[in-house]
Amino acid sequence: MKLIIATIKPFKLEEVREGLTSIGVRGMMVTEIKGFGSQSGHTEIYRGAEYAVNFVPKVKLEIVVNAAMADEVVATIASTAKTDKIGDGKIFVLDVESALRVRTGEVNGDAI
Amino acid sequence: MTIKKILPVAATLIALPTLGLAQEADMTPPMSEIGFIFTSFMFLVCGFLVFWMAAGFTMLEAGLVRQKNVAMQLTKNMGLFSLAAIAYYIVGYNLMYPLGSWTMGSDDAGGYLGILFSPAVMEPVGLAGAEPDLTYATVGSDFFFQLMFCAATASIVSGAMAERVKLWPFLVFTVILTGLIYPIQASWKWGGGFLDSQYGFLDFAGSTVVHSVGGWAALAGAIILGPRLGKYKDGRVVPFMGSNLPLATLGTFILWLGWFGFNGGSQLYMDTAGNIADISRIFANTNMAAASGAVAAMALTQIVYKKVDLTMVLNGALAGLVSITAEPLTPSLGMAGLIGAVGGVIVVFGVPFLDKLKIDDVVGAIPVHLFAGIWGTLAVLLTNGDATFSGQIISIIIVGVFVFVASSIVWFILKATVGIRVTEEEEMMGLDKAELGMEAYPEFSKG
Repeated sequence: MKLIIATIKPFKLEEVREGLTSIGVRGMMVTEIKGFGSQSGHTEIYRGAEYAVNFVPKVKLEIVVNAAMADEVVATIASTAKTDKIGDGKIFVLDVESALRVRTGEVNGDAI
Repeated sequence: MTIKKILPVAATLIALPTLGLAQEADMTPPMSEIGFIFTSFMFLVCGFLVFWMAAGFTMLEAGLVRQKNVAMQLTKNMGLFSLAAIAYYIVGYNLMYPLGSWTMGSDDAGGYLGILFSPAVMEPVGLAGAEPDLTYATVGSDFFFQLMFCAATASIVSGAMAERVKLWPFLVFTVILTGLIYPIQASWKWGGGFLDSQYGFLDFAGSTVVHSVGGWAALAGAIILGPRLGKYKDGRVVPFMGSNLPLATLGTFILWLGWFGFNGGSQLYMDTAGNIADISRIFANTNMAAASGAVAAMALTQIVYKKVDLTMVLNGALAGLVSITAEPLTPSLGMAGLIGAVGGVIVVFGVPFLDKLKIDDVVGAIPVHLFAGIWGTLAVLLTNGDATFSGQIISIIIVGVFVFVASSIVWFILKATVGIRVTEEEEMMGLDKAELGMEAYPEFSKG
């Protein structure tokens, strides 16, 4: 099993969700976050005074899938979240040791 | 409602006017009273429009301060307006329009002590045995109208000193401003004093007499009070965002509405076709100047900062209004627009200019009311042939020096005795919690 963590632009969330459910992803965790990467914030002006917006709002997705499916999930997120402009986000893939569905007690592959 | 129910009502409505005429035919006022009635009525309507500007100032300021100071800003505006009404009654009105000769302390005004306590008195018009002077308006309507101008002056100060000045010292200053400082300088022009009679100073509705005065008092206060904590850090200006731009926008539209009464009522007469035509021109010109000020600020912030800054657009509309206030009658509509647009430009450059001097003006009151007020007073020269350059500039300087010095003295005395600024800890916590123990938006706990 793999855990895929992706940060994307908030307005892309619906598109990414549709892309993922269409390839058979059956669950995801979504968190509204702030952060910075290569985009490293930007400046705005309020009443003539410039100020830095250091942390940009993003959405973080956490998805656990069977290892065989991981590449397809990564490719789907990458293609649907892409705008070709700075700040499109990043995708990380981690190994998952075990999984358990609370209601039934199913484990690992059956639990996701 | 069914037809059966409507019919008797309609019948009564049709019959009513004839009934009224039959009964009150002999109550029609004589022609000699018509002008007096219309002028008084005009003062009352324009007066409550200017009163409504207090709501405009309050909403504008509530929107542009941070959330933790909103309830305090509302409290200050309620307090200052109410105290201004009392101070203007007790001393201000008779100081501004002395009975008889202009000079302070004359016998007519009841000697020097009389100045300190000479409450406004309504004339006995309508009471038995009294012959009203029908050439102007009722004293009641005149007092009501003039009071609103005095209160507007005080409103200007609260915005510039927001988020750090203590409540009670601020209110003490308000009483002195509205009871003494404003009426004294206003008497120099509108009370028939030396600026009017000797210098030929022209200021129709008060670009200088009202707005600059508020601006000068605010400037003195903001300098002596100092900037908000953390506003100027390492040579940079740190923006503190306003908490509620919908309220700030509503406040601006309310001020815009009130300004029709402010400038229109300053025609002072509505007894002839000529006067009502002038009032109509003033309404149209006033609107034109506000619109142009807003558009100028909108275009300029887009060009200079690459994005439109709403708060600047709001200030721009108000600066347009202040600019046209000294002469809303003689300009053509196009010229009124031009005068207002310059006001909008002044604001866009005036706000960062004050920041450069490290003078912290929370809502932009000083650029809007002082800078644009000076411009508006000079702009009288563009369209009114009776204005002289020396008369305008000398009056701007005399009023400016008097108000700035007098306000500074009052602020210094308050600072040395009771203190005018809250402690650092209270400022960080927000004046709502520190001085009032309540919050404007208690369900949104973020400061």
